[in-house]
Amino acid sequence: MIEGLSAVYILMLAAFVGYEVISRVPVILHTPLMSGSNFIHGIVLVGAMIALGQAETGMQQFIGFIAVLLGAGNAVGGYVVTERMLEMFKTSDRSKGTDAANGINDKEAR
Amino acid sequence: MNWLVETGYFAAAVVFILGLKRMSHPSTARSGIHWAGIAMVVATLLTFLHPQIDGRYGLMLLAIVIGGGIAWYSGNKVEMTDMPQMIAIYNGMGGGAAAAIAAVELMRMSDNPALIEQHGSLALWLGVLGAMIGAVAFSGSIVAWAKLDGRLKKAFNFPSQQLINMIVLGLTVYLGIVIAAVEPSSSLVLVFFALALLFGAMLALPIGGADMPVIISLFNALTGLAVAMEGFVLGNAAMIIAGTVVGAAGTLLTQLMAKAMNRPIRNVLFKQFGGASGVEQGEIEGSMKASDPMDAAVQLAFAERVIIVPGYGMAVAQAQHKVWEMVELLGERGVEVRFAIHPVAGRMPGHMNVLLAEAGVPYDMIADLDEINNDFETTDVTLVIGANDVVNPVAKNDASSPLYGMPILNADQSRNVLVIKRGQGSGFSGVENHLFYLDHTRMVYGDGQKVVGDMITALKTL
Repeated sequence: MIEGLSAVYILMLAAFVGYEVISRVPVILHTPLMSGSNFIHGIVLVGAMIALGQAETGMQQFIGFIAVLLGAGNAVGGYVVTERMLEMFKTSDRSKGTDAANGINDKEAR
Repeated sequence: MNWLVETGYFAAAVVFILGLKRMSHPSTARSGIHWAGIAMVVATLLTFLHPQIDGRYGLMLLAIVIGGGIAWYSGNKVEMTDMPQMIAIYNGMGGGAAAAIAAVELMRMSDNPALIEQHGSLALWLGVLGAMIGAVAFSGSIVAWAKLDGRLKKAFNFPSQQLINMIVLGLTVYLGIVIAAVEPSSSLVLVFFALALLFGAMLALPIGGADMPVIISLFNALTGLAVAMEGFVLGNAAMIIAGTVVGAAGTLLTQLMAKAMNRPIRNVLFKQFGGASGVEQGEIEGSMKASDPMDAAVQLAFAERVIIVPGYGMAVAQAQHKVWEMVELLGERGVEVRFAIHPVAGRMPGHMNVLLAEAGVPYDMIADLDEINNDFETTDVTLVIGANDVVNPVAKNDASSPLYGMPILNADQSRNVLVIKRGQGSGFSGVENHLFYLDHTRMVYGDGQKVVGDMITALKTL
């Protein structure tokens, strides 16, 4: 367990880490990085499991269940999307282009 | 078993930071997400051994299988072009989870006031704050997803919208203070969540068009913060660290994006960009003049200076490899070619840079808006591939247009403009593009990849 002020210290230090890690990122990686950081806050799944594990009443269990469900969606979805994006963006593989081209839809270009 | 769980969380938090660090370099980016993925699996498995949990493992597994399964399926099925809205929806799920954790904890405290003493009042305050942020990120992200996915076409505006938003926000904050300072009663908590959800949706509803990536990034940062706050309530170091890192990184990313668009975040949120529905658009002078790939190729081959403006359409058509092949051919003929990337070209910042890098375009040929915007005047041909709103001159000329004020690439100032486009429709914002009607503009209709392929063939025969 982490309590009180020591948690505030963790918060402050982590904020600096987050800022530093991103501040040296080339524009080209902004999109995957947004998706990657989206995956990392999927750690909320762990908290959701603890909340469900502590839930007492039926109502609390129901909300806890929803929390785990949403948290799992965040973690898994965030991973899949980031991985697919980084896979597509790697430089050497030219054949991938045609696969992805099947994804053409009729939304107009901006 | 507690030490094992705690050590595992600590290790996971470290690996998350290292993973994020690796994701910030092109060559190591892929291994970064793999590292983070392994850390997530380990942290999740260890949680089953967590000492605070007594039972309900079956429910937990069921929820993970359902939630994870749906996300796995939809994440693998979605087209690359629809990625932004998927990020929005997964982010919304994270915010919703954080809010739901807060709801469970607040209800437990309400039933058993001794828990408040045990948690400490700081945790209670942060828990309520996290609940609010998480709920706002949840409903806001869902609205953002619905808009990007084309399920919500209209921008919703009504009189004194901002005043009403402020009242809803004020009420939410007031209730939050009452819950944290007086008592977390279950009925208050319910109203509190309803208001926070309402505020998130109302915040996102009027925002449209080019501002969407900024909003998604903002909600991403907010979810990170909410997760960190709930980490306090549960005393979970992994959540505090990972959530705060994402909150800080996401905030910086949001600022970078907003700055690139020359729109302060305040304006993004409160000056309704895509929202001016029902505004009559002025008569457009001239007409669209069609051309074909052969003529376009000739025009490029005999130009001295060419600027290529790629957009979302290039991504959809996966034309970047062909474009680079064409640029190499032009280079052999001595044509000076550069790429101009608008900060919000594509639907995510950096989208175009990534695609061009994938095709092998060297870094020094790619210029951003500030670097290149004064060079259009001295450019012989500007080739617009699948870009629309980012080159629309009404953003400079027409104060009644919803695009007005957005910095654009001055493609209209170059001597000739070629536009490769799938059809005659308007851009994401729904605003007609006056560039297409100019006398020195020629339209080449067709799929980007095919048109550029035809142009390459034509170039080779010249």
